[in-house]
Amino acid sequence: MKIAVFVKQVPDSAAKLSVENGTVNWGDAPLVINPWDEYAVEAALQLAEKHNGEVAAISLGAEDAKEALKHALAMGANSATLISDPALATADAAAAAKVFAAAVQKLGGVDLVIFGKQAIDSDTGLAAAMTARVLGWPVLSLVASIAALDAGTIKLERAIEEGRQVVESKLPAVLSIVKDFAEPRYPSFMGIRKASKAEVPLWSLADLGLSAPESKVRWSEISAPPAREVSSEMVTGASADEIAAKLADLIIAEGVL
Amino acid sequence: MAGTWVYVDHFKGTALPASYEAIAAAKALGSPVTALIFGQGVDALAQSAFHYGADAVLLGEDASLADYRAEAYASLLSKLAKEQQPDAVLFPTSSRAREIAAMVAIDLDTGVLVDVTEISQEGEGFVATHPIYAGKLLSKVTVAAKPALVTLRGRAFGKPVADASRSGTVTKVAAAVAEGDLQTKVVDYATVEGRVSLADAAVIVSGGRGVANNPALTPPAEITDEKEKEIWRAQQGFSMIGELAQALNGAVGASRAAVDAGYIPYANQVGQTGKVVSPDLYIALGISGAIQHLAGMRTSKVIVAVNKDPDAPIFKLARFGVVGDLYEIVPALTKAFKERLSK
Repeated sequence: MKIAVFVKQVPDSAAKLSVENGTVNWGDAPLVINPWDEYAVEAALQLAEKHNGEVAAISLGAEDAKEALKHALAMGANSATLISDPALATADAAAAAKVFAAAVQKLGGVDLVIFGKQAIDSDTGLAAAMTARVLGWPVLSLVASIAALDAGTIKLERAIEEGRQVVESKLPAVLSIVKDFAEPRYPSFMGIRKASKAEVPLWSLADLGLSAPESKVRWSEISAPPAREVSSEMVTGASADEIAAKLADLIIAEGVL
Repeated sequence: MAGTWVYVDHFKGTALPASYEAIAAAKALGSPVTALIFGQGVDALAQSAFHYGADAVLLGEDASLADYRAEAYASLLSKLAKEQQPDAVLFPTSSRAREIAAMVAIDLDTGVLVDVTEISQEGEGFVATHPIYAGKLLSKVTVAAKPALVTLRGRAFGKPVADASRSGTVTKVAAAVAEGDLQTKVVDYATVEGRVSLADAAVIVSGGRGVANNPALTPPAEITDEKEKEIWRAQQGFSMIGELAQALNGAVGASRAAVDAGYIPYANQVGQTGKVVSPDLYIALGISGAIQHLAGMRTSKVIVAVNKDPDAPIFKLARFGVVGDLYEIVPALTKAFKERLSK
């Protein structure tokens, strides 16, 4: 079983972000593996362990963006590859998906492609479905657990807004994983050592046999949201009942119920 | 008829409220609005679509569309759009609609603007605002290709007003992929009864790490592990929070700390790695207000915070704050609302 897992490097979720000269600044906050992708790597590793498989981690980003891949290697991925090409700097989700699909084809013999639910920077959550469509494979998003897997089919549970949906699908397929799947493992000491020594090959568009895919979505401007003007009022009283009564009246007076 | 299309997302025949918001938003763009309704036994949704502003309905009803499946739904939408060339297709932002939009964008070689909070037409293209980094920043995005595919954030476009006198024409369309050619099969559903979706909720009552400080209750004797005792206490606390949410017809949310500690499932998590929400009323209980949580709820209209720590950052965003024990305040608040709202 060959599994490709895509990871992205993003600013830590605790970062305070600002906009300077039209670009995003996250101060001295570290770049980390996208938190949702850790669940994707965990799922890939668990499936590989159960089904005698191998896990190839892939990322798209600038050349120095290898930390996410090193994290995946430290967790236990068998190989890591960085797709990097200046022509992809302004790639939209669909352009990126074409690149992801080409990478899956180049790896060859892939049974499962796994993504996290979405990235915490761009917040689009389009990668899995778009990549699946380019490949012509089914997409199974928001996967919470996998009930069965064999050479040709997979049976899994999806965490949808209304509850749970159990789906069977033919392979190869593309999955996106949600947090319910399992707590991601910590990289082991040996894993970290292995990752720090690992060579991460670079693939350019030419290596993938692609010319730069045209992006249909353009970002014209990034701005900080307007500051929130709040007139705060602390509610006090002699007893919980008195505070609650005051608070309920104040909330009702705001006209939001 | 080209104009603007709206994909009406529904679960087993019940439309997501955001679907009607999308119809109203499409109407505001000024072109004729066609609603797309796919499923089986869902023709009743057409009337509602008309009431909220649709001029026409394309109704895809087939056994192969009975259960939502990305392939079947996206292929049908792509086929119709190729034939009829709409300027834009608007969707509510749900997991289903997001998948369909993603796949249609590949099929039609166009772009998707996701989870937008504002939209306008500029010349031939569409310009929208998409909050990024869970709303810590706003991105202005444009799509020049046609059709523009846009998913609209629920509750960002205001409540639409229904007009029961409106009607329109329903055109039936055939499924695009035969059942035998679909790669996936839905085997089972387990719905969570009575749960209000966080994305659609007008009121959200959330609990955080502080819910573990449950003073009164003694866990059953068979629970001996300290960690498990804490989880048991916190879960009793969340059912108390659930009662307040129920009194307000709202949904229960949680901070990441509460989810990671095992008090409540991930489906309830609000914040940068959970759901980004924008209710009319957000009540934060025992939540200190980490930046990741604040990013996920800062656009709520009225924020109320109850916390023992007077310096908790959540109080800076709160319209009303109470420094106190949530285990004393919450039951009293539930009682107070029940008295006032039952009239």
